[in-house]
Amino acid sequence: MESSSSTRQLLWFFAIAVCVKLLLIPAYHSTDFEVHRHWLALTHSLPLSNWYADETSPWTLDYPPFFACFERFLSIFAHYIDPQIVDLHNGLNYRANSAIYFLRISVILSDLWLLYGVYRLTKNADVKRRYLIWVLIVWSPALVMVDHLHFQYNGFLLGWLLLSISFLQEGKDLMGGFLFAVLLCFKHLFAVAAPVYFVYLLRHYCWKGLVRGFSRLSVLGAVVVAVFAAAYGPFLYHGQIQQVFNRMFPFGRGLCHAYWAPNFWVFYIILDKVFSFFLKKFGFSIQIPAASFTGGLVGDSSPFAVLPKVIACNRLKQYLKKKKKTQWTWCKFLTT
Amino acid sequence: MGKKKEKKKINEKVDVEAVEIEDDTWWWLTHKGIGATFLCISVFALLVRVAVSLHPYSGAGSPPKFGDYEAQRHWMEITLNLPVLEWYRNSTSNDLSYWGLDYPPLTAYQSYFHGLFLRFFDPDSVSLFTSRGYETYVGKLLMRWTVLSSDTLIFFPAIFYFAFVYHSSCHSSRKNDCAWHIAMLLLNPCLILIDHGHFQYNCISLGLTVAAIAAILSQRELLASCLFTLALSHKQMSVYYAPAFFSHLLGKCLRRKNPIHGVAKLGLTVLGTFTVVWWPYLHSTDALLGVLSRLAPFERGIYEDYVANFWCTSSVIIKWKRLFSVHSLKFISLTATVLTCLPSMVQQVMAPSSRGFLYGLLNSSFAFYLFSFQVHEKSILLPLLPASLLALEERRPFKWLMFYGLFSMFPLLCRDKLVLPYFALHALFMLLYLAPCGHGARPRNARPNNTKFDYFDSFKTFMNGFIYLSSLILHIVYLTMHPPEKFPYLFEAIIMLICFYQFAVFAFYTNVKQWSLLDHSTTDEEKKLI
Repeated sequence: MESSSSTRQLLWFFAIAVCVKLLLIPAYHSTDFEVHRHWLALTHSLPLSNWYADETSPWTLDYPPFFACFERFLSIFAHYIDPQIVDLHNGLNYRANSAIYFLRISVILSDLWLLYGVYRLTKNADVKRRYLIWVLIVWSPALVMVDHLHFQYNGFLLGWLLLSISFLQEGKDLMGGFLFAVLLCFKHLFAVAAPVYFVYLLRHYCWKGLVRGFSRLSVLGAVVVAVFAAAYGPFLYHGQIQQVFNRMFPFGRGLCHAYWAPNFWVFYIILDKVFSFFLKKFGFSIQIPAASFTGGLVGDSSPFAVLPKVIACNRLKQYLKKKKKTQWTWCKFLTT
Repeated sequence: MGKKKEKKKINEKVDVEAVEIEDDTWWWLTHKGIGATFLCISVFALLVRVAVSLHPYSGAGSPPKFGDYEAQRHWMEITLNLPVLEWYRNSTSNDLSYWGLDYPPLTAYQSYFHGLFLRFFDPDSVSLFTSRGYETYVGKLLMRWTVLSSDTLIFFPAIFYFAFVYHSSCHSSRKNDCAWHIAMLLLNPCLILIDHGHFQYNCISLGLTVAAIAAILSQRELLASCLFTLALSHKQMSVYYAPAFFSHLLGKCLRRKNPIHGVAKLGLTVLGTFTVVWWPYLHSTDALLGVLSRLAPFERGIYEDYVANFWCTSSVIIKWKRLFSVHSLKFISLTATVLTCLPSMVQQVMAPSSRGFLYGLLNSSFAFYLFSFQVHEKSILLPLLPASLLALEERRPFKWLMFYGLFSMFPLLCRDKLVLPYFALHALFMLLYLAPCGHGARPRNARPNNTKFDYFDSFKTFMNGFIYLSSLILHIVYLTMHPPEKFPYLFEAIIMLICFYQFAVFAFYTNVKQWSLLDHSTTDEEKKLI
């Protein structure tokens, strides 16, 4: 009785958010809108072997394969509603109402997965905390702005994360680990949480004595490998793994994105700019690259005028060629 | 004996727990008092308004006449570039046939100030002659901001004043009910769609009216008269409320020791405010008559388009425009309006009370909406305002009124391409009405078993359900199907018929309700007023 009324109340919170999101349909959207529309067309029109190789549009596929499969799934409905949305060439920069409504509504509906994650997470929380969490997540202004204005599918992805955490909370560590591996194959950005997961699962799930612990570790490892095999297997078969990695980790874009994230490297950039400004004033001839941080496309950029370039990949490529490792290596280089 | 006491304690504990659980849902909204609750809800209301502003306005991209948006922009252009006396006069620089000013001077002054704002950021949008049909992104942004700022500066504080006065006088008011009521007032879908979608400035005149009502509820009658006069000077439609204000204040004055003194004070306040606002036009009768003739365009006929009032609905059977001249129709509609207002006015003069006053506002605005001359679909906003003020007392009728009020505006909003905001705001309103642990979601009080009433009740339920279902189907039909060629306005006519029926039933019900207040008038009220 209580759980059905709390489900209804959660749906009420979601419905209010949906009304506001519907009103935002004609609002501004960034180039990410065209990115996702193009990926619908790409996954719909081309076979798997061409997904990471196609160059029709500058917006190349740079998410892991499961997300591409998700776009493929959505493209079935898009084709039914308006075939031009998924046309590879004629659909470029297609801005008709059908495209806008379809894509906006697809994000709104995919937020149902976030809702499920929130529901599962707060099932056993006390009443006050439950309502607070609902308000903070379902009505999150940051999520609305990024997902429903700028245009992305973070609600859907965060749903997987919350689902995984809810299973960990219930003690079902294997399921939690499995769901996190699935999430990694949707968006590799969540690998920043991988160290935490690794340490937690190692200590909580695998630290059970030598034999039992080791067998659990193998089971966990096998599950993760199976997930990754399901995602990357087809591309290994087509011999495109290198291409996939190049697309997923575009180090050629440079250290920072066009719009700086407030992280440590900002200080590095500011220091570089301050140095270049003052050194120029003192008469040194410094080559200041024009519009260095306004890119966003995959390409080569060396944005630093004074301070040394921060390279991640070059040395590591050599390292990887020498030794073949699993996700532990990926975690290591992401934190370099 | 001991067991009974224990039972009572357990019951009390259960009640307290039930209240605690209910309060737990919205504790984060209501625990800091009415000010914080209001701020939180008003910020959300502002977000919804901004979101609706993204959508098209009336007459978007449709030359040569465009729509209300162009009218408002044109008034800014006229008031900014011409001297005050030229604003209502036909001349070479002011062509009254192209959206001439047809609201009283306060609208003109407001247009002037907004014109200053627009000229500061985008002079091309208000330059004389050359800015006709000016439609750019920046222009739209600035115009939308004028409505948003008017709403925030006038309507929101007025609602806060009202909520503060209403809920401090009503001691049984729970915090959740107060929050629910504020949400109902601020997230009125009709007002948001008309002001921030279609494009008008009803928020100013309605805000001034709400402030006047709140002043009356807090016994500040001179302030109330001043504010209501300002509202009248902004939009002549505020006269829909005039009978209620007049009868209530008269009733109160008559109960005092010196009624003539009270009436004189109020009269002087009203005249003084009028003089201040209309000052530029008071130097000659010509100027004054010039303005007044623009305010009452009788030559446009007793109704226009399809509005759910008596004249338009009955014109399906009785062709008023063919049978009578404009002059006789003026007289007939005036008589009908006055007759319909009379019961509520009499009740207030005989037994003025705060509650009766709110009902009086509702009844007089409905009387005008149903029987007045040249009523627009948008005028349903006027009865909807007192209905929202009374939302806590007339829970279900309010919901139905809002539904049919929105429905009556559906054809207009479809023409403006505001279909998506219509459905989104409608859904938002219904969701907020049914908010968990809110006033709207509370179950109905159990009726005593009486077989006689059961049949009437079930018939009523069946009729209401049938009409509601037909309305929902009509929404889809209107959007997807074409009307037959012989009757191109068939769907509008059906919508009008349904809405008129509901409005008429509702108006009858509230009139009966107000009249029944006469039996409940107490001597305590009389003691208070002296």
